[in-house]
Amino acid sequence: MTAERFRRLLVNGYLVLFFVYLFVPLAIMAAATFNQSRFPTVVPWTGFTLDWFAALWRDQRMWDALGTSLIVAAGVIALAVPIGLAAALLLDRLHARARTLVYAVMVSPLLTPGVIVGISTLIFWRQWFGVTGGVFLTVVAQTSFIAAYAMLLFQARLERFDRTLEEAALDLGATHLQVFRRITLPYLMPAVLSAAFIAFLQSFENYNTTLFVRGLDTTLTVYIASKVRTGLTPAVNALSLVLILLTILGAIAYELMRRRDERRKRVAAERAGDLAAPVEPAPATS
Amino acid sequence: MTGLVRRYGPVLTGVILLLVATWLVLLVVLPQLLMVDFSLRPMLPPSKAGGPEDVYTLGNYATLWTNRIHLSIFLKTVWASALVTLVTLAVCYPVAYYLAQVAPKRRLPTLVLMLVVPFWINELLRTFAWYIILAYNGPLNLALVWLGVWTEPQRLLGGDVGVIVGMVYVYILFMVFPMYNAMESLDRNQIEAARDLGAGWARIHRRIVVPHAKPGIAVGCIMTFMLAAGSYAVPALLGGPQSRWFTEVIYNWFFEGGNWNQGAAYAFILLVLCVGFILLMMRLFRVGLADIAK
Repeated sequence: MTAERFRRLLVNGYLVLFFVYLFVPLAIMAAATFNQSRFPTVVPWTGFTLDWFAALWRDQRMWDALGTSLIVAAGVIALAVPIGLAAALLLDRLHARARTLVYAVMVSPLLTPGVIVGISTLIFWRQWFGVTGGVFLTVVAQTSFIAAYAMLLFQARLERFDRTLEEAALDLGATHLQVFRRITLPYLMPAVLSAAFIAFLQSFENYNTTLFVRGLDTTLTVYIASKVRTGLTPAVNALSLVLILLTILGAIAYELMRRRDERRKRVAAERAGDLAAPVEPAPATS
Repeated sequence: MTGLVRRYGPVLTGVILLLVATWLVLLVVLPQLLMVDFSLRPMLPPSKAGGPEDVYTLGNYATLWTNRIHLSIFLKTVWASALVTLVTLAVCYPVAYYLAQVAPKRRLPTLVLMLVVPFWINELLRTFAWYIILAYNGPLNLALVWLGVWTEPQRLLGGDVGVIVGMVYVYILFMVFPMYNAMESLDRNQIEAARDLGAGWARIHRRIVVPHAKPGIAVGCIMTFMLAAGSYAVPALLGGPQSRWFTEVIYNWFFEGGNWNQGAAYAFILLVLCVGFILLMMRLFRVGLADIAK
């Protein structure tokens, strides 16, 4: 039994170490924001300050980059969410072989390195349409792979969609547009929200693809990278800290929303009295 | 297709098809094809485009072979990405196993949330954190000197070591989640039964857990390798002129060398490398595309 206990201690210790490894770098970066030192560091500690937030606030180029990022993200959401929805609806109605092929093409941008997505977009639009890098191409390039994420989210929700609802409405004389607006879309609404959320985040933090198609425009992520390489001050840490805090809030809100949704689904399934459902395995003795 | 019309009517079907076609044709397939076409042509001034000199050639691909510096950077990118993948696999396996099979159900939501949160944080910011840690006068050097590992600080930034360490940190969560998802569906009773029948710790993993988790391991390795080989942010921030990454060479062809045809050829080589790795993983773990693209 002591061997068992020793192993458990080892496993738990490993897990603690793993989480320390995940969070300590972020904590160090955050801490450096409050150090007076001109170069972001935690050693030596030269005194507590909030000046770097003020410096960040006065940085006009940062605000410009933020504006560009928000414009790009809005464009990506406007394109990727409808495309993802359409793709999921189409896949749902395709049969075996066609479905596999179309699906493979749809997810291929996710398995392609981001730099290549950027490069192919850059070449194609210049050669065919004479469009050079800028906000427009950034939106286009990001949409090409973010739409795939949206498609996967819609697909997951469609899997549990009760098709008979649509059929019943059609039988009762509803038009196709009415069925879509009153039944399909409301059911998919949570997926629309999460797809928009994911699209925003993916667009906002994208670097590899954006780098090739941005032209002379600078998004916030590109701006941070350029600051790290030239002109690094703890103001960059202040910006990072703000972004991380916003991300953490967003992630927690998203996760809680997802779980509430899942719980509701489980309750609904139980109410439906699904007697054929497999018995939940007994909780492991720990 | 007829199912689509019956369900959504001709108008909506038209909109759906238009959206999907625009996406797949204009944003995905054609750009890729044109990139390959572009890579097979020599760089010419616009006046000569379409002229007698505008012929298909493998010259841009031959450059990688004749330019020994580029070749060594390419090979370095391959082995370093493989190393990153291997290290993340080794680090993540126990974590994924613990979460999926050992962790008390009560604590699981919190643990998963603690994994999800850093996963959401911008890749560039997570890289930047290591820029501060690895700095010459940074906390890691200070700690190692204090512990007596080194007598004086070492340069950790600007070399391959810094890049690899950073990549392991940045891409580790792309390994944890696919493995966790795959292991989660394994019935805990199976492990219990194997243990009751006298199977040892190593045997349980070799014969039950790993075979069950294969698709997850394959996906994790594919994502990690692809992200590492295609990374620009990490080598740009943590590396230096002595530790260039293949993506940086590609970038230079576009924005400093000004030879897009050459850059397209290198980009296609990178893509072939990643596709090759996907096929290798599929063969190695005997999983199909359907298992991977879940």
